[in-house]
Amino acid sequence: MRKEKLTCIVCPLGCHLEITETDGVFKVSGNKCLRGEKYAVVEMTNPTRVVPTTVVINGAKLTRLPVKTSKPIPKKDIFKVMDIINKVEVEAPIKMGDTIIENILNLGINIVATRSIKSVM
Amino acid sequence: MYDIVVIGGGPAGLAAAIEANKNGIKKILVLERDGELGGILQQCIHNGFGLHIFKEELTGPEYAERFVNELEELEIEYKLNSMVIDITDDKTITYINPVDGLVKIDAKAIILSMGCRERTRGAISIPGSRPAGILSAGTAQRYVNMEGYMVGKKIVIVGSGDIGLIMARRMTLEGAEVKAVIELMPFSGGLNRNIVQCLDDFDIPLMLGHTITEIRNGNRVEGVSVSKVDENLKVIEGTNFDIECDTILFSVGLIPENELSLKAGVTLSGVTNGAVVNESMETEVSGIFACGNVLHVHDLVDYVTEESRKAGKFASEYVKNDKKDVKSKIIDIKPLNGISYIVPQKLRKDHLDEEVSLYMRVRNVYNNVKFVIKGDGKVLKEIKKSHLAPGEMEQMTIKTELFKSDDIIDLTIEIVEVGK
Repeated sequence: MRKEKLTCIVCPLGCHLEITETDGVFKVSGNKCLRGEKYAVVEMTNPTRVVPTTVVINGAKLTRLPVKTSKPIPKKDIFKVMDIINKVEVEAPIKMGDTIIENILNLGINIVATRSIKSVM
Repeated sequence: MYDIVVIGGGPAGLAAAIEANKNGIKKILVLERDGELGGILQQCIHNGFGLHIFKEELTGPEYAERFVNELEELEIEYKLNSMVIDITDDKTITYINPVDGLVKIDAKAIILSMGCRERTRGAISIPGSRPAGILSAGTAQRYVNMEGYMVGKKIVIVGSGDIGLIMARRMTLEGAEVKAVIELMPFSGGLNRNIVQCLDDFDIPLMLGHTITEIRNGNRVEGVSVSKVDENLKVIEGTNFDIECDTILFSVGLIPENELSLKAGVTLSGVTNGAVVNESMETEVSGIFACGNVLHVHDLVDYVTEESRKAGKFASEYVKNDKKDVKSKIIDIKPLNGISYIVPQKLRKDHLDEEVSLYMRVRNVYNNVKFVIKGDGKVLKEIKKSHLAPGEMEQMTIKTELFKSDDIIDLTIEIVEVGK
């Protein structure tokens, strides 16, 4: 049996969770919603995070385009994903939701633009 | 003559303008001093916005773009690069921009939504000279996320509010080493989720009950001297240690930007540094409304949107209603034990809907307590709370039938331990 305490990060409430694992079965308490239970189990088995960051954009008023992973990625891959994202440059115009990098690290997850930016050319 | 002029095109101004339009007001103008709409959301590229309003998790720019798109679809007029330099109590607005020059316009109602600015190193009186490498966290955020400048390599963050926490992760992702987040108080001012996903995830130490006593520097910051503080927040002699760093980011609070409000004669609260408002988000100057961070500093943009929609709706009613000068009986809302402020501060009896929403902050961290709401000393309602913290704004909705019929003049809210 394994007991862990976690703070839920699904929403800003930040519930204090208690998780008990018995033979691979998880029991979660302290959560105010079902998403909290799901988070606790994922966090105990394969923790994931959405990574928001930027890429270089050319031909726009600003020099950075905000992007994010379209879904949460495994926590251990965060810096590998950052290395790839940091090598990418895009050209304006960009529409919010445009795919910037497809299937990053073969995770089946894309890097997508989180705002629209007009071209100034 | 405009019906409503909205000052500031951030989340508050956008929501207020859209809501006013939906309430049938067509002559609306939004004045924005930046080159684009969206306000500070454009530099808040992290996710976590929109859980209340859209039931999904968006980044700041995504949240902003939804409102900007709606504003444009509704064909609401806005002007960018337009700095408002004066407003008067009879609602004349003076603004300046590179195209129109200096312009004076009149409005039937004004909505103040100018947001807030950051407190700086000066505000917390850390002595010393002015080396390179000292920035406010929000300024660094704009440099990194929008303009593409990295601000340093070895970083110490002072203040554990959400901006400080978010910047700790951001700097780490961009390759900097964040040495520590230093917090004077015995608890963090930020959300729990941000402590987990911004500090714990990257093993960044959070030093609670600590303060910077000295900044060492040549032309650039070289390190900081840090000491523990006692329960009175005074430095404990002999506890100091050194942290080597080239950059210090200050995340030490926000100040509502109310210089314009003062010019119009709006009364400010000494606690929130924002306007004193009634149930309609109207200031003490008739027809001037306030919402968002210029009214009081929020931690969730969703609440800004909610509050600003109200301001937009009530400003519309003000414009449409010709009996606006009827004097109503006033109920004062006062914070008692454990609560630092409540917004709105006043309710006009003749203007009450079925429910009224109150926003407040508590003074300390509390577990297993209840809010006790009293009308002229008589208990009207109790709300149990398992956890309260100063960093998390509380919102409550109260049915006005609880106090409307009685002749009460004071509504008070206090925190009481459960079982007492």
